[in-house]
Amino acid sequence: MSTLLEVSGVSKTFDGFKAINNLSFQIGEPEMRAVIGPNGAGKTTFMDIVTGKTKPDEGTVLFGEKSRSLLKLSESQIAQAGIGRKFQRPTVFEDQSVADNLMMALKKDRSPWAVLRFRPARDDHDAVAKLAEEIGLTDQLPRKSGELSHGQKQWLEIGMLLAQDPRLLLVDAPAAGMTPAEREHTTDILVEAAKTRAVVVVEHDMEFVRRLNCKVTVLHEGSVLAEGSLDHVTANEKVIEVYLGR
Amino acid sequence: MTTAALATHRPFIARHPSVLIFIACLALFTLLVTILAEGFGIGVISTSFVKTLGKTLCLCMVALAMDLVWGYCGILSLGHMAFFGIGGYAIGMWLMYARTEIIVVQSLANAPLPPTAGEISQGIATQIFGVVGASEFPPIWAFAHSLPLQLAAIVIVPGLLALVFGWLAFRSRVTGVYLSLLTQAMTLALSLYLFQNDSGLRGNNGLSGLQNLPGLGDVPQATVSIWFLWASAFTLGLTYLLCAWIVSGKFGSVIRAIRDDEARVRFLGYSVEAYKLTIFTLTAVIAAVAGALYYPQAGIINPAEIAPIASIYLAVWVAIGGRGRLYGAVIGAAFVSLVSTWFTGGQAPDVNLGFYSISWVDWWTVLLGFSFVAVTLFAPKGIGGLVDMIPSPNRHGADLGPDAGSLREGEADK
Repeated sequence: MSTLLEVSGVSKTFDGFKAINNLSFQIGEPEMRAVIGPNGAGKTTFMDIVTGKTKPDEGTVLFGEKSRSLLKLSESQIAQAGIGRKFQRPTVFEDQSVADNLMMALKKDRSPWAVLRFRPARDDHDAVAKLAEEIGLTDQLPRKSGELSHGQKQWLEIGMLLAQDPRLLLVDAPAAGMTPAEREHTTDILVEAAKTRAVVVVEHDMEFVRRLNCKVTVLHEGSVLAEGSLDHVTANEKVIEVYLGR
Repeated sequence: MTTAALATHRPFIARHPSVLIFIACLALFTLLVTILAEGFGIGVISTSFVKTLGKTLCLCMVALAMDLVWGYCGILSLGHMAFFGIGGYAIGMWLMYARTEIIVVQSLANAPLPPTAGEISQGIATQIFGVVGASEFPPIWAFAHSLPLQLAAIVIVPGLLALVFGWLAFRSRVTGVYLSLLTQAMTLALSLYLFQNDSGLRGNNGLSGLQNLPGLGDVPQATVSIWFLWASAFTLGLTYLLCAWIVSGKFGSVIRAIRDDEARVRFLGYSVEAYKLTIFTLTAVIAAVAGALYYPQAGIINPAEIAPIASIYLAVWVAIGGRGRLYGAVIGAAFVSLVSTWFTGGQAPDVNLGFYSISWVDWWTVLLGFSFVAVTLFAPKGIGGLVDMIPSPNRHGADLGPDAGSLREGEADK
């Protein structure tokens, strides 16, 4: 297992508030990692920095075998390099059909000229159909995604993420607002994805994290408080104090 | 295979019946006007009204451009009439040059010595620029003698302007109302510049006599007007096909996604700036082509035509017609501009309230303003939204009943 993403010594201050404070983080490929932490621990800012939405004040973010720095790349270049992101609130394009959403996310040339000339071939339709099956939305393909239930939107977004075929998936609160059965399905999808790529899951729900059965990183006040198996970190006194003990 | 997958294997026209309906309506309209007009038909419609209709088709074309950039991509450009005007100036320069050249050559033909090229050029310049007190050709007229070069300029000049302006604006991630203000500033600056006598384009006089085609002085305007009607209708049809093709594929998906949530599109790996720049430049070129067909029918172009208000009207047409659907933009532009012609042409009867008489020439803009506000508030889909009331087999799984909890079509099928 080689290191895929290496974040070291990263700090970010918003109006005097230290959202990220000398954070270092590594993940290999393939690997599943859960990131937990109380509100304001810097989980979202961490994702924003990796995906290029926010530029850190200091530190380095390196990605891939060639240790390419992500800090000079735009959001779209980072996404093309192989980092996919799922937001906490499901953000799908509600005015468009499920099929169109997936088709847009499929890993293809993304330059305007290529997209203008692009007409889906049979392979592309098959790929979309296969993804839809994986996320359980086969019957919903022609429907506008705005009409889907909350859980279905979450899945559609996960499906779009898989369609991008990223090497690193950043998943924010994937199980929020799901029924127990839906959660189980989501766990399966993520565990399956983590067999071939790196997956970082940010989640508040401890039960869900336990089911992922992976290494856990605890963030607190913008830096790593503890790292290890879930049992290991939950036994950590500092973790209990800031997060679990309340 | 799912229905969605099957649907996309059908031919383009079958998937988008509105395109065929539109082309058929346009062809029928053109045929009808041709039969009723003086040029080739029975002469029920006056030549000036034929020109109004031809100009309206050009306005429909620029409305399509506006719908693409605003209705589909979410960029509220309030400067697209600047490109329309540039197109008009580009063709106007050649029309004016070539026609003046013929007149000058004729007048010099009686001279004892045959005129030199320099004398002819001098004569043309004096004729064209005498009105602004100049007798030299400014550098901007360097290509005015050549029709192919000026035709190229119709596409290249607005295209380059849009490319540079768009690159600067989109790269800095200027969006929303700030971008609208920036585009207003662009069209205002251009119009103020052209108002100057030393801009090289005859200041506030603009270019005139554009209805006279060089070398075709014997052809009556009744015929010329029909030619331009055909050309406008044909180009509008082509533009409609092009726009429909663009928005029907994945490119259309991406620009609509940019309109709805551009940050999310970036995380999908699409360069939002590149897409905005593409659509901005493309629509600028469409607007310029429309302008190049419009002004020979109008006969005159001056800098007032690219004042900011013109672009605001364009946005109003598209809003009233229904943005986000191509036929909506066309209906809006045609309906509002024709009604506007009727009201401002003095044909609309005044309303006498006893104590005050409403003269529509003055009150039309007020009525238009109220209509715009009313459409925005109460019917955001515009006139085009009426089409949704026609029952269609594909309702995209819409509610089957009036209640929020009612079955949706998809569920009822099972």
